[in-house]
Amino acid sequence: MAQIEIKNFNLYYGSFQGLKNVNMTIKEKRITSMIGPSGCGKSTLLRSINRMNDMIEGVKTEGEINIAGNNIYDQNIDIDVLRRNVGMVFQRPNPFPISVYNNVSFGLEVNRIERKRNVIDEIVQKSLESVLLWDDIKDKLKKSALLLTLEQQQRLCIARVIAVRPQIILLDEPCSSLDPHATQRIEELMMRLKEDYTIVIVTHNMQQAARVSQDTAFMLLGELIEFDKTSKIFTNPGDKKTDDYVSGRFG
Amino acid sequence: MIKLNPKLSQKFAVAFLFCATIVAIIPVVIIIFIIIKNGYSAISLEFLTAMPTNGMRSGGIFPAIVGTLSIVFCAILITLPIGVCAAIYLNEYAKDTLLTRLIKLAIVNLAGIPSVVYGLFGLGIFVMFLGFGVSIIAGALTLSIMELPVIITTARGALNSVPPAFREASLALGVSRWQTIRHIVLPNALPGILTGAILSIARISGETAPILFTAAAFYLPHIPRSPFDQVMALPYHLYIISTQIPNMPKNIIFATALVLLMMVLSMSLIAIIARIYFRKRRKW
Ligand SMILES: Nc1ncnc2c1ncn2[C@@H]1O[C@H](COP(=O)(O)OP(=O)(O)OP(=O)(O)O)[C@@H](O)[C@H]1O
Ligand SMILES: [Mg+2]
Repeated sequence: MAQIEIKNFNLYYGSFQGLKNVNMTIKEKRITSMIGPSGCGKSTLLRSINRMNDMIEGVKTEGEINIAGNNIYDQNIDIDVLRRNVGMVFQRPNPFPISVYNNVSFGLEVNRIERKRNVIDEIVQKSLESVLLWDDIKDKLKKSALLLTLEQQQRLCIARVIAVRPQIILLDEPCSSLDPHATQRIEELMMRLKEDYTIVIVTHNMQQAARVSQDTAFMLLGELIEFDKTSKIFTNPGDKKTDDYVSGRFG
Repeated sequence: MIKLNPKLSQKFAVAFLFCATIVAIIPVVIIIFIIIKNGYSAISLEFLTAMPTNGMRSGGIFPAIVGTLSIVFCAILITLPIGVCAAIYLNEYAKDTLLTRLIKLAIVNLAGIPSVVYGLFGLGIFVMFLGFGVSIIAGALTLSIMELPVIITTARGALNSVPPAFREASLALGVSRWQTIRHIVLPNALPGILTGAILSIARISGETAPILFTAAAFYLPHIPRSPFDQVMALPYHLYIISTQIPNMPKNIIFATALVLLMMVLSMSLIAIIARIYFRKRRKW
């Protein structure tokens, strides 16, 4: 069970309220997209799910986010364990400036999740296979990850997340620095991955949300305006503001 | 008021700025030229490796070279780890409170304290209070306290230059803060930290005031056996032979200055080369 249940969630950057009483339940093994105009709090909400906002000084939260029934804002939650379970892929591909192999094995080795070399080798191969990168780069495992193309780098970043065996993968505009062709292939990859993972994607691109996701959340000024089946959001939204946004009347 | 046409005034401005640059470097060039011209005749392998003789009027400057090197390397061994740890704490852990702001401000301003003040502090604390006597260790501790703010500042710069995206990626993998620092931040900051350290070595090699009362000996024609020994040191030796010894041969004075200058310049050169090398290899 890896559904994400967000309950009465508020987030403040100092005195500025970034999220206002968000309530939603993200179902497992589906792709949920978050759309909305720039600055509406999509990234903020996404980063609340793996507590990456904790790093920002002056951030305060209220309410709950439950993953598999446990409130991740509980006192006794181990944040490192949480983040292994809830992986994150960023807007700009950010592989470490080390070899391809070490990028994928990094989480395993540094966290001492796995020590046996042959097991690590196997996980590295499986992770690269599941992002369809293995065949292209199996001879370049020792090469610096920064020599790969941007698309390959983004795939590598996904593989790096998969290697620590998460249940949930959060992606924050993962295609915004890629060309249309690479974007399409990453989208295909996401659709494959939803068989095994719960995926939440933030995107600026409404066509992308319509293409890849089963559910869509529309946000505005820190509020969740509407959350429903993607088909409903794009064809017959329940809220006037959603309608205006998806039909391109503002935003 | 004469109105020059814009093209002409542009030319004048450039010419004026160029002259200012020349004025800035001419003295340095002249100093180096004079030192080389007057000193090179006394430079020889023997000068670098022999003990001074005849009341320092002949022989070599070996003990002064060894003395300076040992003080400076002890100093950097002390100051580098402490400085890097402090920089890590300030950059990666410390919350932005009034206290940390004060500490950061103090560190920046500590660099402006005259070095003779550090010398007196070292005399009071290390030589007398802690009883190390006038020794390598007392001099090294004094120099390391003086250099600590500089090391902290350059190390913080190096840590800051590591892209935040690397940290984020690591933390998002469930890697703890400390492991992220150890495996991602430090390796990528290391080139910057090391070049900063080499420049610090160059800077403190020429310092006289901090070691004047804490480490330097007037005349001690043997090499040190322990960190608690007093030593000769190049800058102080240079001061002595230039002012305290009658009938001192001019070329020995200039040769000593030349050795000190070369030590400092070659260290800076190494730092510059290292920086270029690391910058080329860095891919981000
Ligand atoms: N570290 C921060 N400190 C203060 N305010 C912040 C911080 N990060 C984000 N905000 C504010 O919170 C609001 C939501 O930001 P967020 O990045 O979540 O928006 P977004 O929907 O992801 O926008 P975009 O589409 O541009 O990425 C914005 O008004 C932003 O200015
Ligand atoms: Mg965003």
